[in-house]
Parts: sequence; structure tokens; C-alpha cells
Amino acid sequence: MSDVLVLGPQFRAPNLRDALRQAGLDGPIATITAGWQEREGELGALEEHLGGHARDLRLYARAEAAFTQDPDLHDAYRRRQNDLRSLQELYRVRLSHAKAAARELIASDDPSELTRQARRSAIAAIRRLDAEHLRAIERIHAAFDAEWSAQRRPVLARQLEELQHLLEQANLVCIAGGHVAVLLNRLRLFGLGRLLRARPVVAWSAGAMAIAERVVLFHDHPPQGAGDAEVFEAGLGLLRGTVFLPHATTRLALGDRRRIALFARRFSPAECLTLDDGSRLHWHRGRLQDCSSTLRLTRSGKTAAAGTSR
Amino acid sequence: MTERPRLAASSATTAGLDIEAVATTRRSPIVDPGGLTFVYRGDADAVNLRLWIHGLPASQPFERVGETDLWVLRVELPGNSRVEYKLEVVRDGREEWIIDPLNPLQAADPFGANSVAQGHGYARPEWTLRDEHARPGTLDELTVHSAALGDERHVGVYVPARFRRTRHYPLLIVHDGFDYLRYADLRFVLDNLIHRLEIPPLIAALTQSPDRLEEYAGHDGHARFVAREIPELLQHSFPLHPSPAARGLMGASFGAVASLHAAWRHPGAFGRLVLQSGSFAFSDIGHHRRSATFDPVARFVNEFRTRPGRPAERMYLSCGIYESLIYENRSLVPLLRHHGIEVRYEEVRDGHNWENWRDRLQSALTWLFPGPLWMIYE
Repeated sequence: MSDVLVLGPQFRAPNLRDALRQAGLDGPIATITAGWQEREGELGALEEHLGGHARDLRLYARAEAAFTQDPDLHDAYRRRQNDLRSLQELYRVRLSHAKAAARELIASDDPSELTRQARRSAIAAIRRLDAEHLRAIERIHAAFDAEWSAQRRPVLARQLEELQHLLEQANLVCIAGGHVAVLLNRLRLFGLGRLLRARPVVAWSAGAMAIAERVVLFHDHPPQGAGDAEVFEAGLGLLRGTVFLPHATTRLALGDRRRIALFARRFSPAECLTLDDGSRLHWHRGRLQDCSSTLRLTRSGKTAAAGTSR
Repeated sequence: MTERPRLAASSATTAGLDIEAVATTRRSPIVDPGGLTFVYRGDADAVNLRLWIHGLPASQPFERVGETDLWVLRVELPGNSRVEYKLEVVRDGREEWIIDPLNPLQAADPFGANSVAQGHGYARPEWTLRDEHARPGTLDELTVHSAALGDERHVGVYVPARFRRTRHYPLLIVHDGFDYLRYADLRFVLDNLIHRLEIPPLIAALTQSPDRLEEYAGHDGHARFVAREIPELLQHSFPLHPSPAARGLMGASFGAVASLHAAWRHPGAFGRLVLQSGSFAFSDIGHHRRSATFDPVARFVNEFRTRPGRPAERMYLSCGIYESLIYENRSLVPLLRHHGIEVRYEEVRDGHNWENWRDRLQSALTWLFPGPLWMIYE
């Protein structure tokens, strides 16, 4: 497996250029900015930062073109998205009750073994629910891919061929943040998970979430709702055992030990890693080799520097 | 040695005050968890607090401290309250209403400015202040010829930052939109909530009536102007999302009446309504208890209460508990819910003023137009 660099947000304090230099990565860059939706491919600020040219794969525009050319594919895609939305809503109902129970038990001061056991069971129930939800999502994707993949739809096959050609000309691929669902759906539609495995990848924010094995949406203090983090999708799985948390300092109540403990225990043994301005993690041949400005959430509810022992 | 000033022995409301603290304060009112101590220093025959809290006397007298020029008034006020007031200073038989000289906090409205007293625990929401990281939207002004109103109107158009023609945008029409800009910092609020992903980028059309008491009080021509003419005009210039769920209408006071009336007259035109401190006068029997200005409002609201229909799928209502309109607003909520409308209703310790309406905008807009907060990680 090639190098994988994961970074924090790049729009206020970009560290992409320094991170590439530190990792010894250079050469022609292909970018994936589908998460920017209508602004896809507007690389001005990125190219200025890099001091050189990058070529965008334009996955968002390619998907739009494919949907126009193949209405049946578009209909099937919309049906799949509706199914996924319905599934997410059902999961959310169950999750809110499961999390309420876990929160109440974690907040209890009762030191008895019975309460401790109930607490463990409540967290285990959330973990089972998450796992079940992820399996249901994967079944929906499997059914769609069986019928509507690039092997069966010429319009996708043509796009895939072009993408393969563009990727062959690049030394590394940068996956920017943005709308994580839009980004992930486009990566999936063109089957890029397999193609990206063989080359160095740099991903930040939503891009980092998309290349992990599962995407977890989170916000501890949204203007509406309880702020229950939710499993949203299976990612591309380029990195295993990690949950990435972009903008964690603004989106998570990092000082709330109960919330953080529940978060860490819920997704354990995966490491929940914060990605804020300046964050940098470098995996080489599947092993975390170097990291900075990144925290991991611990089971005790504190945060610790990523890369340190548990 | 100078003698410490003392309150008159008959004082009941100011007994127990730390007079030394009061005498040396440079700021009024002094805030504590139980309430506010107003302080005035100056030559006067009498000083009165004039404030607009429904249920409390409109005028409350200060007490002079001994023979000094120091005047104090203690008012109990629950935490998180916000009240606007003026001081009435009586001197040589003349009454003058003034801004509190010891209070730098002021709120403006179309009639001028008031001093603001913030109760214990109140803090201005940070999303109402300019955020240097938030990309600013632009504001243009169109001149519209309205067939429904038979004259020309200026409509402000807020266009969000990073606007793209390839995207479809919700439309929010705001009654008294220029007042919302001036007195409720609507532009900062929109910039900030969009930047924080709490609402989607949207187009806002800002209207301002030259005769709001007439045009907002159940006026069919005005309803047609906001429900038909403005959307049709903007549809030509901007990529607007056609769904009613992406169409919002908003207003405060009489503007809330106009919003409800326009949506009621044109079902399907708006899926989302923000009704702040609506002047929803009505009468179950006989005549309403308000001035004649409210006659057309009461006619409309009475008719609405008889057959409300479903003017929108979702409505946000708010009212301050220090407003006389609290009864009318509370009364509307069960009626709307009974007719299948999703209603979010909030009561706050505030009065009938622009800062109250400003402070509710996050709650209102994020509920009616939830943004992509959970999905976007840039």
C-alpha cells in the first residue's frame, strides 16, 4: 500500500505543501474536489499554495454528465439514495434512544457493579446498532453495484477509462474536503477505491473521512437536535482502524469527558483522531509513521496526542 | 469625615442596597441574579423609569438618596431577561425622556433609540456579530413595479457568498427587511449562519412598505406582491428552488400578520414562515381590545381562526413574555398544530423589539432551513 497523508482543513492555514515535502512526495498532482459540488475544479487557491499546476478529475461534473446520458442509471441512483436516506432516518430514531440510555447511565454516580454492567451493555447496544446499520448500508450498495457498475453501464466505463488515464499521469492524488456524501458517492460511482489503493493519496477533512473504513458524522452542539454522532457510510477503507474528526475543536465538546468517553468507547478499537488546522498524519505501508497537531479521544474521556500509546 | 449617603427611611424597594457601590458606580443598571439597580446622577425633581414590560407599571419612580443628586431604583428581573427603557427626568415642571447616561448599551429602532438593560446571564449571541472568517454575501437593490400595489417598490436582494448559477437556492422574503438589516443585523446573521453551515446558502428578498399598518394588516394586494410578484421577478434573475419547502416568508409584529396573511391567501406559495411577536389581535366575541389600527388585523385573524387551512408546512413563532401580544401568540399555537402544521414556538424574557427578533433568528432559520452542517467538512 502506498503512502497516505491525512491533513486538517486547508482553507485557513494550509499545510499541504509542507506535508508533501516532509513525506517526500512530489510530481504531478491529480485532485478530487467533488465535495465542493458546483465549485469543483476551482483550484486557484490550492495551486497558489502548491506553487504549481494540479489537474482535477472532475468527478462531480462527470457524474452529472453520466446521469444526463444514462437516465436509467440516474433513476437507479436516486432510488438508492432514497433508500439510504430512509435507512438513516430509521437508524437515527433507534440511535437517539440508545444514546439517551447510555448517557443517563454514564452520568450516574452509582458505583455498583450492576450499574457498571448496565453502562457497558448500553454502549455495546450502540455498537451493535452501528454495526447493523453499516451492514444494511453495504447491502444497499452491493445491490446497486451489481447492476449499475462501470462493467454494465457504458457511460460509466468510458468515464472510468478516462480517469484511469488521468491517474496514470499523476504521482499522487489529493482528495479535498467538502460535502462528504457527495464526495463519497462520486468516488464510489466511478469505483475509485480500487484505483486509489495503488498510489499515494493526500486527503483532508471530508476527503479523510471518505478514505477511512467508516464515515461518522458528528457535531456536539448543533443549533437543532441532540447532537448524536451517527455512522453514515462505509468509506473507501484505504485506512483501517481510524475515525477522522475534522474541525473537532469547534464541532466537538472536547472538554466534556462523558461525551468524549462515550465517543471513544463506541468506536473502539478504532482510533478517533481530530483534524484541525495544522493536523498531519502520515501512513507509510499501512503504518502510522509520523503525526503532528492531532489528538485522539481516549476511553477515559480525555484527549491525548495521536501516535502515543493508549 | 463625610457621612455616607443614606436612603430615606421609608424606602421599601431600595432597602438593603449597597449604597457605597451604587454611589460610586459608573454604569447603570447594576446587574445581579435577583434583578437590576438603576442609578441616575443629576439635578432633578423626580426621575422615573419608563419601560415596556407588559404586567409592570409603565413608569416607576426612582428614589433620591438623602439630599444628594443620586437617584436609585431597584427592579426585580428574572435571569436572561432583556428590557429596553428610557429615563424620564422631571425638572422645573418639565418632563424629558432620555437615554440612560450611565448605560452604553442602546438599541435602535425606526422610532429612535432606547437604553438596554440585560438581566443576569444574558449575553448577545456571537452569531449576531460580524465574523471575519464568514464570507460576506452581497446586497443589491431592485426597483419593482408592482401591479398588485399599483406603484414602484424597492426590494433589497441578499445574495450569498460563493453564489453559483448552477445551484438552486431557497428564497426567503423578509417584511421590513431593511429594518431587519439595520436593527437586527440580518446581514451578519445570514453571513454567519451560512458560513457555519447552519442554514443553506439562500437568496433573501427584503421588502419595506411605505404604509405598513395598512398594507400588513390583511391587504390582498400586498399579499399578491410578496407571494406572486416578488418570486416571479426573482425567478428570472436567480436559480431558485421551486419547492414550497424552499420558500420562506418572515416578519415581526405587523410584518408577522402580513406573512401569515400572504401565505394563507396563497396556499402553496410558502412552505416556511417565521412569525415574530405577531400582532395577531382577535376577538372570540365582541370587539378586540386594541386600537382601531388593529380592526383589519382582527378581521383577518378572526377569519383565519375560523378556517386556517394549511398556509405553510412549518412555522416558527416567537414572542417575548414582556409583550402584551403574548396571549395572542400563545393562542395561535394549538390552532396551527391542530391543523397539521409543524410549529416551533419559543417564549423569551424580552419585549417587542428588534434585538429580541434578532436573537431568535438562529433558532428560527435553522429549524425552517436546516443547513448542511452534518455533511460538510471543508
